[in-house]
Amino acid sequence: MVFTPTVPTDKDLHATAARRSWLRKTVDVIAYPYRASSGVARGMLVAGTVMVGFMVVLAIFAPLLAPAGFNEVETAELGAFPKHAPPSSEHWFGTNVQRFDVLSRVIWGARTELQVVLLSLSLTVVTGVLLGLVAGYVGGWLDRLLVLVMDALFAFPYLLLAIVVAFLLADKIPQGLGGGIAVAAVAITVVYIPQYFRVVRNSTISAKQATYVEAARAIGAPPFVVVMRYLFSNVIQSVPVIATLNGADAILTLAGLGFLGYGLQPTEASEWGYDLQRAVDDATAGIWWTGLFPGLAIVWLVVGLTLVGEGLNETLNPTLRVRRLIPVQLTSVGTTAQEPAVAGRSSGRGGEDA
Amino acid sequence: MIETVPYPVESAARSEPVLTVSDLRVWYGSERGAVRAVDGVSFTLRPGETLGLVGESGCGKSTLGRALLGLLPAGAACDGRVTFRGQDLLQISRSELRRLRGPALGMIFQEPLTRLNPLMRISEHFEETLRAHAPRMSRDEMRQRSIETLRKMGIPPTRYRAYPHEFSGGMRQRIMIALALVLEPALVVADEPTTALDVLVEAQIISILADLRRNFDTALLLITHNLGIVAEACDRVAVMYAGRLAEVGDAREVFSAPQHPYTRELLRSTISLRTTDLHYIPGSPPDLIDPPPGCRFHPRCPDAMVVCRDREPVEVPTAAGSRVACWLHGPADQVPDGGAEALVREEISVADEA
Amino acid sequence: MAGRSGSLREYLLVRLLLLVPNVFVLLTLVFVLLRVAPGDPISAALGGQLPASELARRRAEAGYDRPLLVQYVEYLGQVLSGDLGTTVTDSRAVTDILVVNGAATLTLTVAAVLVALLIGVPLGLLGARFRNTWLDVVIRLFGVLTYAAPVFFVGIVAIVVFTGMLGWLPASHQASPIMQYSVESRTHFFLIDALLAGNTRAFVDGLRHLVLPAMTLGLLVSGVLIRLIRVNVAQTLRDDYVEAALARGISGRRVVLSHAFRNALVPFVTVLGLQIALLLGGAILTETTFSWPGLGQQLVQYINARDYIAVQGIMTIFALVVAVMSLLIDVVNALIDPRVRY
Repeated sequence: MVFTPTVPTDKDLHATAARRSWLRKTVDVIAYPYRASSGVARGMLVAGTVMVGFMVVLAIFAPLLAPAGFNEVETAELGAFPKHAPPSSEHWFGTNVQRFDVLSRVIWGARTELQVVLLSLSLTVVTGVLLGLVAGYVGGWLDRLLVLVMDALFAFPYLLLAIVVAFLLADKIPQGLGGGIAVAAVAITVVYIPQYFRVVRNSTISAKQATYVEAARAIGAPPFVVVMRYLFSNVIQSVPVIATLNGADAILTLAGLGFLGYGLQPTEASEWGYDLQRAVDDATAGIWWTGLFPGLAIVWLVVGLTLVGEGLNETLNPTLRVRRLIPVQLTSVGTTAQEPAVAGRSSGRGGEDA
Repeated sequence: MIETVPYPVESAARSEPVLTVSDLRVWYGSERGAVRAVDGVSFTLRPGETLGLVGESGCGKSTLGRALLGLLPAGAACDGRVTFRGQDLLQISRSELRRLRGPALGMIFQEPLTRLNPLMRISEHFEETLRAHAPRMSRDEMRQRSIETLRKMGIPPTRYRAYPHEFSGGMRQRIMIALALVLEPALVVADEPTTALDVLVEAQIISILADLRRNFDTALLLITHNLGIVAEACDRVAVMYAGRLAEVGDAREVFSAPQHPYTRELLRSTISLRTTDLHYIPGSPPDLIDPPPGCRFHPRCPDAMVVCRDREPVEVPTAAGSRVACWLHGPADQVPDGGAEALVREEISVADEA
Repeated sequence: MAGRSGSLREYLLVRLLLLVPNVFVLLTLVFVLLRVAPGDPISAALGGQLPASELARRRAEAGYDRPLLVQYVEYLGQVLSGDLGTTVTDSRAVTDILVVNGAATLTLTVAAVLVALLIGVPLGLLGARFRNTWLDVVIRLFGVLTYAAPVFFVGIVAIVVFTGMLGWLPASHQASPIMQYSVESRTHFFLIDALLAGNTRAFVDGLRHLVLPAMTLGLLVSGVLIRLIRVNVAQTLRDDYVEAALARGISGRRVVLSHAFRNALVPFVTVLGLQIALLLGGAILTETTFSWPGLGQQLVQYINARDYIAVQGIMTIFALVVAVMSLLIDVVNALIDPRVRY
């Protein structure tokens, strides 16, 4: 008696889109979750996109938007900055203990966070997918070893892991290869590899076992190609969700690293977590602006990414989707469907009880 | 077997109906429009009487059963009257209805495997139920009563404190029945209670249900698609098609002399020992969102007349005391001129076969 | 009955045996992580402070000139015998760190979990019961916010408000220095020591110091609880036995509490096991924010001092905690769910 609404699956979408241009297809794929979602999920998706979009704009146009550089203590217009100045028309967010303009630090910080997160996510996806493929495809002792290591990594407190890696790598990556940004990115990468590894490994194994792989082998298609195809049609759907949610988490890990003083060097870039560390001592003295704004920036970006991830998850993952309640009106007795509907009494007891 | 069953006319004379359903309609909302799962159904049920509700799957049987207990999903709309001991169940409040469920109205579900909470002992299920309706009953009394009911269903007292997963499917269904009967409700709805069970177990359950009226004087609405069960365990039978009742009457009468073409076709399509070739009703049950006009069975009916396409049939009493909704049985004065001619409809059968 | 508890015992035994490879892998991970980096612990910590000959002597003394494999086997042997090494920088036994600072971390985490339960369980249940209503949306937003706000940020805001502006609560350490000295350290749990000494003022002082860190860390964990409970209870509310219970006239509230909540505990406890990492990670940051003398704060200090042995020892402690917690989670699950035991 349950009538499931017929929502087009990804397959339908790709089939109809195949005829259109490549650009149109990309736009369609990106727009799909926004179109297919509804209610709370759509609200989350749109709000999250707007929030993240705002930060992306800040990051890209930081040199134009920020009143000062991230480590400047004076500018031509404003002269030398005071220390611990409260928010004013000159320094909207005030200045901190190092005389830096907090607003500028926040804006430049958006650039740092997004750089690190993008770099670490790409590293994670590439490494995780590769390791997962190898483990799942080769199997045997290599698989068992990798699973063991990944499980251990997964169980370990992730911040601890990131701290240790950042500590071990500190000053080991030259500036030309990204310096502190690369250190932070690698430290975060280690934390998230196991998740991708798991998903890809399990899918690879089921792909290997799937009968049509056998069939493809029989007609001479290289099995690896078949496995790759299978993977890309199956795993690729869950990557946007995992990646967005991991992105949110990575921001927090990066801020945590910065707060503890690992990863980025303070001279290299502006980092919100580091600014918060400097703000702890201010807090006891009641100086609120040095901590509040970088903290809010973190919350803003993480909330944005989480909303996008959750919204995607609820839209793309059918098991989570709640069937939408469609109000029904009973037509008056004796009429047929073609005649105008007359309001009937609606009762929803069973559902409300639950 | 059949000889021991009290003749329905006698029982009708003996007692007032415990349940009177008139013009009940239950509609669901869906993206394509209203789903008319139950669309104008009327029948009565007397104490100790078993009414079999039969029909193809998806004809609204389960919805009808749930509507009686107010267990419809949220968003369903219903109207009509469901009079139980003088109270209209569709009008009373949620908490009044909740108080009736258990001591007055019971329900037995199709899947015994998932209907017991896997984390709760059988004893806890019983105590919870008894406590909800008889708060002053002592623990010992609850135990006595539960074990007694279980014993009637063939579950030994030693298993009282066992967990659901320690029982077989058939035993679990007997426990479910005991749970529904422990408060001795006046009306029990059994929704395909044996569909998930094997044939031997099915026979046990059916004989338990057939014993119900002797032990408890319970009125039973037995929903099933198995006509053999109806013949064995029911006093009366209601044949449902596309949200409506095609025919209601004494079980022996209906089976020996079906009045409605649908009942006849349904009986012919049942496999019995005498079956030499398989009979089936061409086409599939109609779409409950956009049902055919007139008689809903007319596109599949071998005896369809012109009037069947144009007008909804009227329920008429038959000589044997049944009611049937079919133009073959009149009323003749409502059939327009030329309405009794056979309906020509190649295009429908072609469309249906495709 | 006897048969059932017998199989429970069997399950627990198997699970206990599984602890061995678990611990082994985690210890190996710790060792590899800390030793793949070039250089040895002695020169890392003391390089530049001592002449090269002295460094070499100490290195040989501590056995760091031997092959890594030998050191690895020795490390495992030490951990087995309950010796976690001695710090290079201040010659402190790591087991001493465990006892003294571990007590502080345990105090903080237990208090935080209590706070998280008090906030998370009711809100999660409400969210599941009133799914997709405005109340649910508000609760979910609260959950997202507690997750999105880094603990140290929440900590700083709490310090600004309750210490900087209102001056109600202290913002650092387990107790005021005077109280710290007035209470004799017996169990290393300051609150328990204060009680043992009958020092009510010290006890109240300790509690006041605990409030902000515990609330901060508890808020972080409560977000996870809300999310887990809401999803799992909402899922079990759709299970068949829930409808069956409703059909027997059990009230909606009772169904949520005794069926949905209890059954949701099974996946909840499992996932909660994975959140130990969150709790410990959060504890490191909270301890640093509030100068709480716990394991995390010690770890950060030893990392800054480049004391590999101390870091390795504290990491080992964390690894053991993770392994034991996951064992406990499985045991609890077996106690809740009779099906696990089979």
